[in-house]
Parts: sequence; C-alpha cells; structure tokens
Amino acid sequence: MKYAYYPGCSLDSTGIEFNLSTKAVCKALNVELWEIPDWNCCGSSSAHVTNPYLALGLPARNMAIAEEAGLDVAIPCAACYARSKNVELAVKESDDTRRKVAMMIGREYKGESKARALVDVFYHDLGTEMIKQKVQKPLKGLKVLTYYGCLFVRPTKTAFDDAENPISMDEIMTALGAEVMSWSSKTECCGASLSACKSTVGFPMIEKILDDAQKSGADCIVTACPMCMANLDMRQEQIGKKKGVHYGLPVYYITELLGIALNLPPKSLGIDRHFVPAIDLLNKIEPTTGGGGQ
Amino acid sequence: MEEFSQSQAKSKNAAEELQKRSHVEAAKCYQCGKCSGGCPVADYMDIMPRQVMRLVQLGLVEEALKSKAIWLCAGCSTCSVRCPKGVDIAHEMETLRIMAKERGYIPEKDIDKFHNIYIGLMKGFGRMYEPGLIVGRNVTTGHLLKDFSYGIPYLVKRKLNLLPYRPKQKDDIKRIFETAEQLMQQDLAEFREGR
Amino acid sequence: MKRVGVFICHCGTNIAASVDCAQVAENLKGYPNVVFSTDYKYMCSEPGQEMIKETIKREKLDRVVVASCSPRMHEPTFRRCIADAGLNPYLLEMANIREQCSWVHPHDMERATAKATDLVKMAVAKVSHDAPLAKSFSPVTKRALVVGGGIAGIQTAIDIANNGYQVDILEKQPSIGGKMAQIDKTFPTLDCSACILTPKMVEASSHPNINLITYAELEKVEGYVGNFDVTIRRKARSVDLNKCTGCGTCWGKCPTKVDSEFELGMTKRKAIFTPFPQAIPNKPVIDREHCLKFKTGKCGLCQKICPTGAIDYTQEDELVTTRYGAIVMATGYELFDHSVYGEYGYGKYPDVITGLHFERLINASGPTMGKIKRPSDHTEPKNVVFIKCVGSRDETKGKAYCSRTCCMYTAKQATLVREKIKDSNVYVFYMDVRTPGKGYEEFYNRTTETYGAHYIRGRVSKITQDGDKLRVRGEDTLLGRPVEIEADMVVLATAMVANADAAKIAQLVGFSYDKDDFYTESHPKLAPVETHTAGVFLAGACQGPKDIPDSVAQAGAAAVKVCALLSKDMLETEPITSEVDTKTCAGCGHCVDVCPYHAISLTTIEERLLGQTITRSVANVNTSLCQGCGACTVTCRSSSINLRHFTNEQILAEVDALCQTIQNK
Repeated sequence: MKYAYYPGCSLDSTGIEFNLSTKAVCKALNVELWEIPDWNCCGSSSAHVTNPYLALGLPARNMAIAEEAGLDVAIPCAACYARSKNVELAVKESDDTRRKVAMMIGREYKGESKARALVDVFYHDLGTEMIKQKVQKPLKGLKVLTYYGCLFVRPTKTAFDDAENPISMDEIMTALGAEVMSWSSKTECCGASLSACKSTVGFPMIEKILDDAQKSGADCIVTACPMCMANLDMRQEQIGKKKGVHYGLPVYYITELLGIALNLPPKSLGIDRHFVPAIDLLNKIEPTTGGGGQ
Repeated sequence: MEEFSQSQAKSKNAAEELQKRSHVEAAKCYQCGKCSGGCPVADYMDIMPRQVMRLVQLGLVEEALKSKAIWLCAGCSTCSVRCPKGVDIAHEMETLRIMAKERGYIPEKDIDKFHNIYIGLMKGFGRMYEPGLIVGRNVTTGHLLKDFSYGIPYLVKRKLNLLPYRPKQKDDIKRIFETAEQLMQQDLAEFREGR
Repeated sequence: MKRVGVFICHCGTNIAASVDCAQVAENLKGYPNVVFSTDYKYMCSEPGQEMIKETIKREKLDRVVVASCSPRMHEPTFRRCIADAGLNPYLLEMANIREQCSWVHPHDMERATAKATDLVKMAVAKVSHDAPLAKSFSPVTKRALVVGGGIAGIQTAIDIANNGYQVDILEKQPSIGGKMAQIDKTFPTLDCSACILTPKMVEASSHPNINLITYAELEKVEGYVGNFDVTIRRKARSVDLNKCTGCGTCWGKCPTKVDSEFELGMTKRKAIFTPFPQAIPNKPVIDREHCLKFKTGKCGLCQKICPTGAIDYTQEDELVTTRYGAIVMATGYELFDHSVYGEYGYGKYPDVITGLHFERLINASGPTMGKIKRPSDHTEPKNVVFIKCVGSRDETKGKAYCSRTCCMYTAKQATLVREKIKDSNVYVFYMDVRTPGKGYEEFYNRTTETYGAHYIRGRVSKITQDGDKLRVRGEDTLLGRPVEIEADMVVLATAMVANADAAKIAQLVGFSYDKDDFYTESHPKLAPVETHTAGVFLAGACQGPKDIPDSVAQAGAAAVKVCALLSKDMLETEPITSEVDTKTCAGCGHCVDVCPYHAISLTTIEERLLGQTITRSVANVNTSLCQGCGACTVTCRSSSINLRHFTNEQILAEVDALCQTIQNK
C-alpha cells in the first residue's frame, strides 16, 4: 500500500509528534509514504476567507505533484485534508475551475489523485480487522474520548464520516483494545484560530469541550487534528487555571496510541513533547499475557 | 426610520454581487434558527447567523456586511450540515466576510490581522512559519507577550523550528498568489459590470 | 365527400384576444370536406350548442369540428350535442386553440391565428377519417372492498353498508382500529379516542352488510370498474375464529413474551395475543415467528388448555378471490423514523420519544396506566420539551411537506403534561403554529394562556445526553439568541409518511401515487376521493397527512362515490380501445409486455394454410380492461394493433394536413 504523503505545516513544527507517529505507525503497518517533494502550505483557514482562488491554488499544487506520481494523498491534518479534498472535488465538478487551477499552478490537476484523510486510510483501506491483528499491546483499561472536531465530518461535501456521530476513530480505538466513552462534544468545534486571535471567544469554546470531557470520566482525548491538539493540549492548563480546575487530560494523536498499541517506544512517537504530560497514563495500561495477534 | 425599500435599494449592488459570488439560495431559508441553535460561536455574535441570512434574504446586504458575526464564524459548517433546507450558511458567511474586507468593514481587527499575517507568511515562505505567526500577531495587535509563555516550552519540546523553511518552489508560490489575485479581480470586474 | 361543419369558439376573450376567430373560420371555408364554417362567442353555451344542432340539420353535416378549449373540458358536452342532432358522438373532433394556442401565444395575433388555422385543419382531416363507434355496457357487482380498517376504512364501510350495499373490510393487522386505537385523547375537544372509536368498531363488526377480513393482505387485483376480481391472502391465524370465544385463557398461559407492537415496545405481549383489549375481532392470533411450538416443536400449551379446541397449528394461508364493484383504499400512514436525525441522537436516547409513544404513556390502559414516566428510569419528568416538524418541512433529512396534524396534537400533549404534572415546565419548539380547523386556534391559545406551555420559535439544533438529563439546544428566534434547556424527556412530533408498502400496493391495484408515495387523487379540488383508475377511491391519510375529522369526512365522500357506482346495474364502457389485425399479427407479445392494464394476452388461433390447419399465437385485447392509452400501437412492429378513434390512418391524416399547410407556405 503506497500513498503520497502530505504532512502540512503544523506537522513540521507544533504538531511534530503527529508527523513522527504517523511515519512510525505507517512503517509498522506496511503503509508506504512518499512525502510530496517540496510541498507547500494548503492555505488552511486563512486562504478561503481571503480569496477563494488562493484556497484552490495552494493545495492544488501539492495534489498535482501527487497526481503526476500516480498516487492518492494521505493527509493526517484535518484542515489540510479538507482544503485538499475541496480542490479535488472542485476540479472534478467544473472544467472552468480546472482551467483556472491550471493557470495558477502552471500544471494540470484533474482530480484523479484523491485526497484521503489518514484516519480514513486506516479505517477503510487497512480496516479495523487488520489493525487488530497487528496489535502487540492492547490499550486495555484505557478510557478514551474520540474527538473529531469539524473538518473530518463537515462540510458534507468533503466529509468522510458521519456529521453527528462519526465512528471511524471509535472503531480504530476499539480495535486497539481501548474503551471508547460517549460524550456530547465529539464533533463540537474547538474554535480553531479564535483562541489565538480572539481568545474571549476561543477560550470558552475549548473550555466547554474540556468540561464535557472531564464529566465523561474518561482518561484522555484522542484527536487527529493538530489545531484541535494545540487548543486542547497547549491551552488546557491556562484555561483550567482561570477557573481553578486541573483537568489533567492528556490529548493524543490517534497515531500515537496506534504506535503504543503496536508496541513502539513512546519517545519515538513524540509523546514526550506534549504540554499535558502524556506518558504516565500510558504506563498504567494493564499488561496483558501473551500479547499480540489475537 | 428609513423607509424599507430605500434600505433595500442601498444594498442592491452588494446583494447582486453576493449572489453571484456565493450562489447560496438564501431565499430558501425559512428562519427556523437551527443554524444558530447549533452554532458554537452564536453566544458571542452581535446577530445570529439566522439573522445574517434574513438580512441577505431581504436584500439588506450592507447591514450583513457590517456585522461582527461574519468575522467570528469559525467556519465549522455545523449550520450547513443541519440546515433542513440545504442552505450553505457557512459559505454565505465566508463570502460576506471576503466582501466586507474588500469594503474595509473590519469590526474584528485582531482576527483580520491574524489572517493577514498568515497569508503574508505563506506568500513569503510557501509554508506556515509558526514563530513568525505568533510574533507577527503580537507585534501588529500590540499584545506583545501573548502566548509567549508557550514559546519556551515549545522550544524545549523541540516543537518549533526557529528558522523558516527555505522554499525551493518560490516561483510556484508567487505564481499562485499572483494568478489568484488576477482571477479574483477579473471576477470582481465581471460582478460589478453594468452598474 | 364528407360534410364537415367547423365551429370556432371565442371563449369570451380567452381565445379571441389573441386569435382572430372570424379569420380562422374564414380560412377554413373551402378546405377539403368543409361545407360550413363559422365563429361564435361561447360555443359551449346553450345558444352555441343550439346553433351547432340547427346547422347539422340545415347543412346536412355528417361530422363536426369544434375549435375551443381542451377536450378534457368540453368533449363530453359537444359529443352529447351532436348526438342530440342525430350524429354518432364519435364523429366529433375538437381543436384545442385555447390551452395550446391563445394562452401560450398572447402577444402575436397573426401567428396565433395561423397556428389556430393549422390546428383546425388537422382536426378536419382527422374527423374526415373518423368512424362511428358505439359504447358497450358491463354489469356492476354490488359489493365494495375497503382496504384498511382504521377510522377512515371503518367509516367508509359503515356509510356504504348503511346505503344497503355489501362491503368487506380488509385489515392487515389482527384487529381493526388502526392508529386511532393507540391515541389517548383527540383534539380540540379532548374526547377520549377509544370512547368514540370502539363504538364504530363494534358497529362495523355487527353490521349485517359488513364483513371483516382481518389479518389478511391484498394478493392480486384483476378486472375493471364494476368487476374487480380481488385475491386476498388470509394469513394463517392458527386460531379457528368460529370456535374461539376470546376467553383469554391461552394468552394468559403462553410462556413467550414479545415486544408489544401496539404499545410500541414499551410492554410485552404473548406469542398468542390480541393487539389490545378492545380488539375486534377479540380473538387471538399466533405470532409464528416467536411461538415456541413453531420455533422448536415443543410447548403446545395453548392448544392443551383451550376450552373450545380452537387452536389449530396446521392452518395455512388461504387465497380467496372475490368480485367487487368498487375498491376504497384506506390504508393510512406510518410515522417518520427519526433515527436519521443524528443531532437528535439517532433514535438511541431512551427519553427522546415520539408523539405516539407519548399517547401510550398518557393512556390509562397504556404501559404506565396513564402516568407520564420516562422510559429510562420510570420517573416522572418535570421538564418536558416538544419538538415539532421532525421529518416534516425538512428537505434534507425528511419530507418537504407539512404533516398538518402535529401542531394540534403537540398542543394537546403539552396541555396534558401541564394538567397531569402540576409542577412541570413544558417547552414547545415550533417554526409555525398551524391551526386551520374549527376550534383549533382557540385550543392552541388555551395551551399557552391557560396551561402555560412555553412556545419557543425555533428548530432544535441538537439534543445531547448529559447524565440522566437531555440538553436541548436551539435558538429562540423571536429573542434572537440561543437557548439551552435541561429536559427530562423530549417528545418528537414526527412526520406522517406513507406506508412503506404504499407504492407496492398502488402498483398491485393499479393507480397512481406521488413522489412521497401518497395516493394521488384524480383532481386536487374537484375529485379529491377518486383516483385516475375508475372504480378505485381514496379515504384518509393514504392520500396525504390528515387528522381524524378530515379522514372521517373523506370517508363519507368516498362512500357516496362508491354508492353512486354500485347503484347502477350496468356501466357504459368507452369504445376507444385497441384492436388487433390477426392477419398480420406475428404474436411477438411486445404489446402484452407494455400494456399497463394487463388488457392484452396471447391466444392461439387456427387457420387454413395451403389446405392444412395450422395454429398460431396472436395478441388479443380485452376491451373491458383496455383504457385506450395506445402504448401497444407504437410498440407493434407490424402495425397490426390499432387504437380505435386514434388509428394510424387518422393520425397520419392530421400529419398530412399539417405538412400541406407548411408546404404551401
């Protein structure tokens, strides 16, 4: 199984552990990743509120390089996925858009190379049965909340899972042996960049999600979006302090927990780089007898 | 109080332009409020997303363009996926915001600046450069030390690249930005033609 | 040489405003076969018709063309008119110069006049080739079938029976009664539903002219108006209705418990059961899917203890064919399945229930003896939220239409919560409150003013389960701000939708249905209980969402139509049917396949060929079933099938007439 790999900007810096764990896990699962050479930013949340063409042109360049290599693109980040999927659909929908995109990127992108969310690749292409087979260290006793945020499940056009009750990450976590708890903020918006540029609005949005998470009695949150991660992990202490609460909720990238279940060393996955300490909880995972390939 | 058709007449150009740019069928909206009931930012908005749609529906687009709501919208699309009439409210908000910016209606300066810096960095480096985003935002918004406390741990945790990425695709990026701008200007000329 | 008279109608200004009628009449003078041509203001009026009759006699006309409105409007009028003057009524042609000319070309009189002239010339060409046809007659079977034993079906049957005709009620369930039997109280009077329904059920079962066929389904419908041959599958009840006294010993002892359909799964019934205590017939059936005897061969307890020996495990489904003169469809509706709403919990939150669940919860004979209790923990809810338009007025997840009844039953249910739970808070999320019925608005006003239900204008965006509470979030669109309510129970007013098998049944009987699978009336205003298929009528919610008063009114209307039909001894049948030229028919059977009325079959004929007798297959049309649609004629490869009054020759004559005028230009 081979995919073009588009890590995106966050995975190059604040989301470095998502990058490390993605690469490690894909290697262990025999998923070959070919990193798009000299890739550029997808435009993310700023291009489409500035100039709709920019929001098409930027991701189109990466997609076109992958198309020339004849590969679909695996994309870990939710925003990068949604922006890239959007241009894939747009060029397929309209010849006019395809022409304009070609003008911007100086090459052809026909939408033949598909944008795929990494979670979707795990869920649909590998399948939970296959993942289950590979588990070396089941996440027994770990109570997790799956947090999808927005861009995997909305808008409908680019979504790969259900808008109100997505299940792909739930089933992957179940396959890893974790206990998936139900909660009401599964697909609530974390506010994205509002925490950075309008914290009076952004912080309460994060706070609500953390409150819901705490009420659920879960040990941790699992996400697949670097923006959500930054908001829930980096901002957690600050938001808690303000109201005198210690949440103490580690937030993991789904690939990190996959890596743990595949028995990869936590440091190789970048789990030591979180703001909310995330290693201790994993040490508590009940050891299982035998282990692997049940 | 201004006579109603007068208010509508003042927004006529903007209303036509909005329709051409977004293609959202605002006329279908029956004001049920399901969009606003589920909106995670509604509590902080000056008017509800539903009311934005109402202004658009009645042709009072100038008023919608001046709202804070269109700037606070996080673009999560919860409204659009739940709309019983299939109206893409999020896309309408986004289009209104672009139009507002073009007209210099920017009631949420910090939000605007953040995105300007983002776009500037993308233009310069081809990739996002997060230290640049934080510093740039702090300098332009005057919140000099905001989020500074994260910088050190970020560095300790080896999460920030201090030096920006050196693009090899500089010409490509330049071309994308320039052509996107041209295409946008072309569209604008077309939208505003014959007024 | 034919003698055709042409009569051009002005239809007031409907035609004359854009067609120069006098000019058209003038243009037709001297056209082949035309011996008389004139125009007049209202041809359908008494003087207009008199003029036609006098002209026929004076000019010795043998055919007539009237150029006016659509034949759908006045063809019967003018056929009667020329028949009065002694002509065969089928020697009339109508040129539609209103709907197909003046109304669509209002601004170009010159061209509209030219087009009208062409249309009239075509009609003249056709009428010159028309042949006299005669209607035939068929007898009427004086018995009606009502499909569906809810309130609409029961009322229809009673009304037909009271007029002296035999009527059968066919009901799928083991008992008649339908949805009304499940409802607690009725708006706007708060009458007890069962108290007004059960007497009707008893009347139907004891009426000498009514025969109940319960636990049975339609299998096949053949024939035509006046003579439908209907095959009914009587499902094996495993209980001999003649022996059973309904004593209840069997279901008292039956060891198998199954979710009760009548109580929407909120209580259990037995494997041998009656759906509810007032069931009619009040005799049980065995649910073979769950019965131990049928599943494992063991048990047999009910048979052992039945005092009358009525239990019969060997019963089989029985097919019975009966002839009926008319059929009334009264098959009712289902409730929309709200599990498509992820934002309302995909039907998985136990305390989010539907309005019908609520009816059972508040009913004194229901699972909670009329005490309102939450399904999850059986506690009394204090904060109750009602959400209207769930599945209605929702193009993306439900139906575009308004279900018409929900505003009123929600008001009723809100009233009942406030009445039964004094310290309750009731919130009703609504988009509009629609109360177009007698006493309805007043009832709604009492709900808010006297009973203090809080009406919040907005559609709920999301319900989340929060511990044992439900968080309901929406916008109060009148305040213009989001609201969140912590509710103990949420009641969804789910849409009324067509039965899952509605389309299948319509196809089986042979009539049309709309995009939502509701049955289509013949005319939305002037023929609301007829279908396009003669002899098949509609009553109740199978035609569209309807409340009880409307269903009962429609039932009465359908009954009158049925009685008008059954009061006749003989029915006229249209002579416009297909005929087969067996000399050239190759017996390929394509016409058999395309005929929507199953009117064509293949038969074997014998003929002499070169001194030998041979047999071959040819198509044969049952003219009683043929509706004259013409599908067969265009399918036939050898042009061996022709539709009377629309023969190939007649239609080509029209085409020729048109081509000639074009050529002349």
